[in-house]
Amino acid sequence: MPNTPLLSVERLQFERDDCNVFEQIDLTVDRGEIVQIEGPNGAGKTTLMRLLTTALQPTSGTISYAGQSIDLCRYEYLSDILYLGHQPGVKMTLTAEENLRWMAADSNASIQDALAAVGLAGYGDIPCYNLSAGQHRRVALARLLMTDAKLWYLDEPFTAIDKQGVSFLENCMSDHVKGGGAILLSTHQDLAIDGVRKYGISPHADQRGL
Amino acid sequence: MASGFSAYLRRDLLLAYRRRGEAASPLIFFVMVSTLIPLGITPESARLAEIAPGIIWVMALLATLLSTDSLFASDYQDGSLEQLLISPQLLAMPVLGKITAHWMVTGLPLTLASPLLGLMLSLPAEGYVPMMASLAIGTACLSLVGSVGAALTVSLRKGGLLLSLLVMPLYMPVIIFGSATVQSAIDGFAWSGPLAILGAMLAAAIALCPIAAAGALRLTSIN
Repeated sequence: MPNTPLLSVERLQFERDDCNVFEQIDLTVDRGEIVQIEGPNGAGKTTLMRLLTTALQPTSGTISYAGQSIDLCRYEYLSDILYLGHQPGVKMTLTAEENLRWMAADSNASIQDALAAVGLAGYGDIPCYNLSAGQHRRVALARLLMTDAKLWYLDEPFTAIDKQGVSFLENCMSDHVKGGGAILLSTHQDLAIDGVRKYGISPHADQRGL
Repeated sequence: MASGFSAYLRRDLLLAYRRRGEAASPLIFFVMVSTLIPLGITPESARLAEIAPGIIWVMALLATLLSTDSLFASDYQDGSLEQLLISPQLLAMPVLGKITAHWMVTGLPLTLASPLLGLMLSLPAEGYVPMMASLAIGTACLSLVGSVGAALTVSLRKGGLLLSLLVMPLYMPVIIFGSATVQSAIDGFAWSGPLAILGAMLAAAIALCPIAAAGALRLTSIN
């Protein structure tokens, strides 16, 4: 099905405490696209990400993956996505290597290579509580090099990352979309990649105290 | 499906090994409090022997309760619970893996250390085997039932008390039949009856609790 978009979201709404979080969302993401979700703090960017990853259930609206509602192809959909949230999911008491062996369990890619690529060569056997916040983030980012997921959801991926890390991540993202993947990310920074489509979301009238 | 079980079992055992001090605290609590009983009540062996089965079981229950709180807490805080919730596999299997690891770190050491406490509380000789058998099965029930409470209270910052209130009524049958097993053996009756009921409870708990805990985790993640 070359004409169906990879992901399409129709009339998506989410209520929390009887208030809509954001204005209705209609969004499509095609293969090879990077979509940047923009909006003020509290606009519901993270909520949208969590709805798309099925961690939350939408109040109304549909999310379709390759033309099929994700309720009907849950296993395929969840096998094809990768979500990087605010909390990186890095276990402090495990080493970087153990964390990755764990987080990317079904991957054949080399953990050593992935760690070297994110600038953590030689840090593989140090418990993560001895690493800095930016380095934790880099451990989580190493997952991007080891995954076969087609659709990436990156929620504020640049948090605590230095300049070098930002350009690494941007390269990583453009490689992924060149290979036919798609990325949905939320960030307040402007990306140095061409062809990023911006999608603005705004808090619903309920949230503005009207 | 089975890979989710063994992967989480191995990971949680490794995590417990890395935090040995924290993981050992239920066992230390169990041994410490039981040591105080002869000092607080009486060192007279006849009277101690009377209350020993009940005391050991109450301590085992409290020690398990003490550690149930942390079953999902660290995963919730560092975001790995969220990753688990959106993984394509059936959620109940990793949850069962985590519960099994919890039992191997709390219930199993308690069971293995219980003869020492039996000695300290002058438990009659015929009570040792039933005590270990009932503790092994009973603490597994406690871990399974506790996981449902831990899953329900994971998003609360101070969920400890609420957790105790939630799971305590469900712990009661376990402690009744657990101490009855030991007591019947001491009194010279057949102790396979109460132990069989504990076994039946364990079978039901293995079948139902991981599913209930998985459902509770999905429910709490909504907020």
